[in-house]
Amino acid sequence: MKRENLEIAVGIFVFIGIIALGYLSFKLGKVNLFSTGAYTLYAEFDKVGGIKKGSIVEIAGVPVGSVEKIEINEKYHAVVSIKIDSSIKIPEDSIASVRTKGLIGEKYIQITPGGSEQFLSKGDKIRETESSIDIEEVLSKYVFGKI
Amino acid sequence: MKSIFRYLGINVLNLFVFLGKMFLFLTEIFYCLLIPPFRFKNLLRQIRFFGNKSMIVVVFTGAFSGMVLALQGFYALNKFGAEALLGPVVALSLIRELGPVLCALMVTGRAGSAITAEIGIMKITEQLDALTVMAVNPMKYVVVPNILAGVITFPLLTAIFDVIGIYGGYLVSVHALGLSEGTYFAQMELYVDMEDIRIGLYKALSFGLLVSWICTFMGYNAGYGARGVSKATTNAVVLSSVVILLWDYMLGAFLL
Amino acid sequence: MIEIKNLYKSFGKQEVLRGVNLVIQEGQVTAIIGRSGGGKSVLLKHIVGLLKPDRGSIFIKGEDITKLKGNKLDQIRSQIGVVFQGGALFDSMTVYENVAFPLREKTKLDKNVIHEAVLKSLHDVGLDGMEYKYPAELSGGMRKRVALARALIGKPKIILFDEPTTGLDPILVRSIHKLIKNTQKQYGFTGLIISHEIPEIFEISDTVALLHEGTIIEVGTPQEIQESDNIIVKKFIKGIEQGGNNETGKS
Repeated sequence: MKRENLEIAVGIFVFIGIIALGYLSFKLGKVNLFSTGAYTLYAEFDKVGGIKKGSIVEIAGVPVGSVEKIEINEKYHAVVSIKIDSSIKIPEDSIASVRTKGLIGEKYIQITPGGSEQFLSKGDKIRETESSIDIEEVLSKYVFGKI
Repeated sequence: MKSIFRYLGINVLNLFVFLGKMFLFLTEIFYCLLIPPFRFKNLLRQIRFFGNKSMIVVVFTGAFSGMVLALQGFYALNKFGAEALLGPVVALSLIRELGPVLCALMVTGRAGSAITAEIGIMKITEQLDALTVMAVNPMKYVVVPNILAGVITFPLLTAIFDVIGIYGGYLVSVHALGLSEGTYFAQMELYVDMEDIRIGLYKALSFGLLVSWICTFMGYNAGYGARGVSKATTNAVVLSSVVILLWDYMLGAFLL
Repeated sequence: MIEIKNLYKSFGKQEVLRGVNLVIQEGQVTAIIGRSGGGKSVLLKHIVGLLKPDRGSIFIKGEDITKLKGNKLDQIRSQIGVVFQGGALFDSMTVYENVAFPLREKTKLDKNVIHEAVLKSLHDVGLDGMEYKYPAELSGGMRKRVALARALIGKPKIILFDEPTTGLDPILVRSIHKLIKNTQKQYGFTGLIISHEIPEIFEISDTVALLHEGTIIEVGTPQEIQESDNIIVKKFIKGIEQGGNNETGKS
């Protein structure tokens, strides 16, 4: 009887601990056991200031993926690998643009879907891109009257 | 002048002896881990001692850490209008730093000191000798279950600490400070990565080993009499706490 | 049965044993007497291999246990029971669990067989009905009885007693001594008692050895020791009888 109490007590503790660990890793750590998988697309930007590995990719304000890797190519442009949830199909004439949440907020990539019937598949490139808007640049243009 | 050198020399030498003993103790523990018989019942008993009996402490400290983090974080973030990031601030501080460290400190105070005292008393009342004489290896019977229990329970306790802390922070930020529930959790999910959780877990695991190692070592090498045991207990708690903070910084620097 | 040859041991600069020679006969009770701090307990710890000597050897049934390690040492130890000074009972266990411990750990006996053995062992030391008490609930004399029961349960060939009567009143001293004598007759073990209960120890021992400043200076029957011409022996026995201030060093 005593032995059983001991085992039950330890069992309860370990159970609670594992639940807590599971909550952390599945809810917050985004380990998705039932993941439908993802595919990777590429996008070439002139400038991606503020975008990091793990930055969010949105369509119409809904997160659909994240930035996997940022590299620089021979033209000194930034090539961003984007992981998109495989349930989301992206038309080939879509536009990827670097946007900012709020004035000093986080940078993210927004994809504006085009109207094409052709969809991008794994490893394709999003041709149309808009780089991040540099506030300083905008201001200086404004000051020097170019806008 | 000569006596200063002498004094320094003796102390440095003693430090080396101490470090050497500690590491030999650890190698003996690993050696005992590999060779049966395994003391499963003693392990269960020690898990209950470390785990179940520390839960109340961990729940309390976890809840209040989360609450105070939310309160102070709100004050700071409010200054530049970024209250929306309160969730991630609370969660990241808890998961990466405060969870493992505070949890380890609390469990050291509650369970670590107790195992040092228990093993120390077993030593001075010759119970350890009695085990040896009955052909039962006291390292295996007494020390190894404590080490394993430390390594198993620390990550679990830390996870409980983190979750309770996050909900403590939720209580304060949503119900007292008026943040929206969606913001608190959605932002948190956005910013907390598996990487952060893994770092917290590594920390908790290594703290479990360090604390149980130091506390069993101190008990096993306690001096004679009640004074010897009380000294060993104090040393165990002080050394564990210092090592926890030191190791936390070093691991943080390595893993960042 | 046990032969100690030229045993040396020092702790730091303090020489505790300086060439101990002693033969302990099979089936007898041998007592080692001497001042506190004279190295009696240290000697006893060498016999079960808890301490390793700097020099010298101890033969138990022809095997030098100072050279043995691991399983072989454990095999010899399984034939030796030790009654420690304070009893060394495990305080997280009941009396029953304490006494059953050696059998549970080291044998694959059936539960019922162990149960029988524990009850018999407790009965032999006069502790019927105490099985479910914890050591903390027992008096000093009872704890020593439990320790003896635990030592007896494995039916060892040799039992070592480390000051089995310290801290007991004179009546209890006699009753513990009587218990040792009776169980020795019943179980037939070889006994080695470390004691400074003089003259009571003479009643129960067959041989008495005096350990003084790290060596055995006199061995003989209780009669011979009491009538010895050796001045140190005389002084020691007389000194204790007169309640003299013999205390030096640590015990």
